[in-house]
Amino acid sequence: MPVIEVHELHKRYRDHVAVHDVSFAVEQGEIFGILGPNGAGKTTTVECIEGLRSPDGGSISVLGLHPLRDRVELRRVLGIQLQASELPEKMRVGEAVELFASFYPDPADAGELIERWGLGPKRKTAFAALSGGQKQRLSIVLALVGNPRVAILDELTTGLDPQARRDTWAAIEQIRDSGVTVVLVTHFMEEAERLCDRIAVIDAGHVVALDTPAGLVASLPGAQRLRFRPSAPFDDAVLTALPEVSSVRRTGRTVEVTGSGELLHVVTTELARHQVVAIDLRLDQATLDDAFVALTGHAAEI
Amino acid sequence: MTELVAAPAHRQRMSRARPLLALAKAETRLFLRDPVTTLLGILLPAAVLAGLGAVPALREPAEVFGGLRFTEYFAPSLLAISIAVLGVQNLPTGLATYREKGILRRMSATPVSPFAVLVVQLLLNLVTVALGTVLMVAVAVGVFGVTAPRHPLGFALAFLCGTGAVFAIGLLIAAVAPRAKVATGIGTVVFMVTQFFAGVYLPKFLLPDVIVRIGDFVPPGIGAFQGAWTGDGADPVQLAVMALIAVVATGTAARFFRWE
Repeated sequence: MPVIEVHELHKRYRDHVAVHDVSFAVEQGEIFGILGPNGAGKTTTVECIEGLRSPDGGSISVLGLHPLRDRVELRRVLGIQLQASELPEKMRVGEAVELFASFYPDPADAGELIERWGLGPKRKTAFAALSGGQKQRLSIVLALVGNPRVAILDELTTGLDPQARRDTWAAIEQIRDSGVTVVLVTHFMEEAERLCDRIAVIDAGHVVALDTPAGLVASLPGAQRLRFRPSAPFDDAVLTALPEVSSVRRTGRTVEVTGSGELLHVVTTELARHQVVAIDLRLDQATLDDAFVALTGHAAEI
Repeated sequence: MTELVAAPAHRQRMSRARPLLALAKAETRLFLRDPVTTLLGILLPAAVLAGLGAVPALREPAEVFGGLRFTEYFAPSLLAISIAVLGVQNLPTGLATYREKGILRRMSATPVSPFAVLVVQLLLNLVTVALGTVLMVAVAVGVFGVTAPRHPLGFALAFLCGTGAVFAIGLLIAAVAPRAKVATGIGTVVFMVTQFFAGVYLPKFLLPDVIVRIGDFVPPGIGAFQGAWTGDGADPVQLAVMALIAVVATGTAARFFRWE
């Protein structure tokens, strides 16, 4: 049984529809990514799951609970990290963690959690005096202090420097390894590719793809791209006739071939049959970035 | 799946009181870390009275004060300071800041409702007002020989209804102000209005009659405090008006209040 089931979710605000029709299921123990450009409806979707917004249509079940009807029960097993939320300026790290721990029936050890997330030396520091990265880590600690079975992390690494981001990724893998199901909202390709077991790509309120990162890339028609200069002229038809090839383009003297499967092998073999040698041959694999652009028609990183 | 999330009964019972106590503790700590407001609310009325009481002439009974001494005449007005500092300044600014920073929203993502935060803030400010009022009365009676309130029950009622009305207006400000700065701005204006009509800026004998008459019905309704402390008792009409304001303003605030 899936941990989270979203079925035909629909949510509109006064003047626009944020989520048209979103359905997906998150399985026990996975890191599930929700990827999409800004304004795609990612945050609205998770806020409906969290019971912070009431959907206008569709159904949601989290661990068998209804987000709105079973509000309190759900919150006891759900760790939530909100995109932008602060704490009182003068509240100290240790106080905040202990306060939040008191909200849950079976909380994690506050001190241990603070240490694990590298906030030990900041235990007595007021929230206002923390750096962006430290605030972010604190908000993760607060999301985890209730010993949740599901953690929903929204734009977790936005505003972190590259090192802090990498550290956070390692930590999220740790969370998953401890048995917590993780839902990760992000617009960073690298993050999604590195962390997520499966990804739902959301664009303009619709799920446009749902697969593993590798699966998303493989589904691209031009997942591989060859570039070379031919030693002798040849007709494009020589290559376009091959089932593996999806396109052939020439820029100046350079030929660019996209396609899938054993592209490199079949193209070089075919060229050799026509006494053509591929000079300066380069093979590029498509990335999740490319898949994203193909799926949504937008460039990814904003 | 439900059995996995159901906690044992004793644990659920415990977890209902524990978060509120922890929240009260945390908020009290924060409250004390901002000593200016707290000290202002608790000490200022007593300090002003002490300052005035140090002037010998103001300790002599006079005709203009209805045969009372100035300290006696003025003491009830000073009570309006604590009530309004905490009720229309500290309370709405605090709540609007919490909303603006997403703290109320963060609370609603936990098993504890943001309503708990509101209640805790309300209680903290009320307790501070009560302390300020008790201190002020104690100093007036103990140090300057002002008579103890003649009608203790009426005095308690005046405090209850008057403070209720001011705090309800504070909640209303928190409800309608889109940002914390706006809440502070509105709060300051309302504060000055309450102080003026309570006779804090200008003692009542310097104010035109009509202003004094209106002032009796402007929260916290110092007329009722005066009546209960040094006069013939709190005017029930004034008490009723304060209670009415408290109820209506709270109801309106509840309607318009946004948690995010």
